[in-house]
Amino acid sequence: MAGTNPTASEYIQHHLQNLTLGFHPENGLSFAHGAKEAQEMGFWAIHVDTLGWSVLLGCIFLYIFNKAAKSVTTGVPNGLQNFVEILVEFVDKSVKETFHGRSSLIAPLSLTIFCWIFLMNLMDLVPVDWLPMLASSLGIEYMKVVPTTDVNATLGMSISVFVLIIYYSIKVKGVKGFAAELTLHPFNSKWMIPFNFLLEGVGLLAKPISLALRLFGNLYAGELIFILIAILPFWIQWALSVPWAIFHILVITLQAFIFMMLTIVYLSMACEDH
Amino acid sequence: MNLNLTLIGQAIAFAIFVWFCMKYVWPPVTEAMRARQKKIADGLDAASRASRDLELAQEKASQTLRESKEQAAQIIEQANKRANQIIEEAKDQAREEGERLITAAKAEIDQEVNRAKEQLRAQVALLAVRGAEQILEASIDEKAHSELVNKLAAEL
Repeated sequence: MAGTNPTASEYIQHHLQNLTLGFHPENGLSFAHGAKEAQEMGFWAIHVDTLGWSVLLGCIFLYIFNKAAKSVTTGVPNGLQNFVEILVEFVDKSVKETFHGRSSLIAPLSLTIFCWIFLMNLMDLVPVDWLPMLASSLGIEYMKVVPTTDVNATLGMSISVFVLIIYYSIKVKGVKGFAAELTLHPFNSKWMIPFNFLLEGVGLLAKPISLALRLFGNLYAGELIFILIAILPFWIQWALSVPWAIFHILVITLQAFIFMMLTIVYLSMACEDH
Repeated sequence: MNLNLTLIGQAIAFAIFVWFCMKYVWPPVTEAMRARQKKIADGLDAASRASRDLELAQEKASQTLRESKEQAAQIIEQANKRANQIIEEAKDQAREEGERLITAAKAEIDQEVNRAKEQLRAQVALLAVRGAEQILEASIDEKAHSELVNKLAAEL
């Protein structure tokens, strides 16, 4: 966008374009200038903005919780500790209600998932042009600030959860038990093994994909509507933007909670012996 | 990308949104946090108060126990004293009663002796008169001489 006013579609496309670093066949290792170049980079490219923001938000989460944990008292909690305690209690309660096995990983994992996704979703409430404009004034062409509107980020998390599902399935049921679950269910017959495997395989793979796409879809749609609202004349934007933002307080919390809750449910299913 | 009024529009929207959060979203959250903090503070307070109360109650209970033990000992001592006193009194009474009985018996005995003496005297007088009658072989007027014999008998 060399100084000219962009059209609406150019504006939207610009906002939905990640800052992609990769190896371009013609330009070599470089940032992509536009969606076409990013596509030409193929799989071996990274979205620097997604990674940067998610890592930064993860660090903020760790910093806040670490700070609270360091100054923890057994007496009346101060503000920060109180806040952290509420979150931890909330997550711990959810885990205890759903996950009946014993694992020292599930609760911290759930807490991290909830807080991290919440913070990443929270970036959705920052006005859509502020950070990209700041970035462009610093010479960075593209800047997508909400990591969860990038399907790479949500799939990355859901695949991590998927690996844990496989790990716990094998750990609790053994390789044989896990294989039996995939092949002798729901029809316990030698002849039905291929059919069972197809059914159960699809069911298993649907877990991470639905987990990732649900979060991505909700946030992407939300972000898109914020971008569409930003195209309106500046004096009327607040009329749509504010209600949508208020509604989004609910959406971002709910999506973070759903991702956490489904992770717990999937892992508890993986740990259950039939 | 160029700067334009969109930035201002978003700033307005963001300002309204922040105002909304300050007004309607933040207070319930902080209120919930404050309530939780207060609950914890109250709980801790109540716990420390309860432990202090317990300490006091225990102290009081042991003090009461000590006092009642002292009282019991005192009562037992008094009872013992009183029992001794009663025994002493009973002994005194018994002694007095015995002495009284002895004197009464003695008095009765004296009385009996006197009566016997009287009877003896009367009989002796009669015998004497009879004897004298026989001796004199004469009838003596009993009435005339009885006074004399009685006088004689009284001298016995």
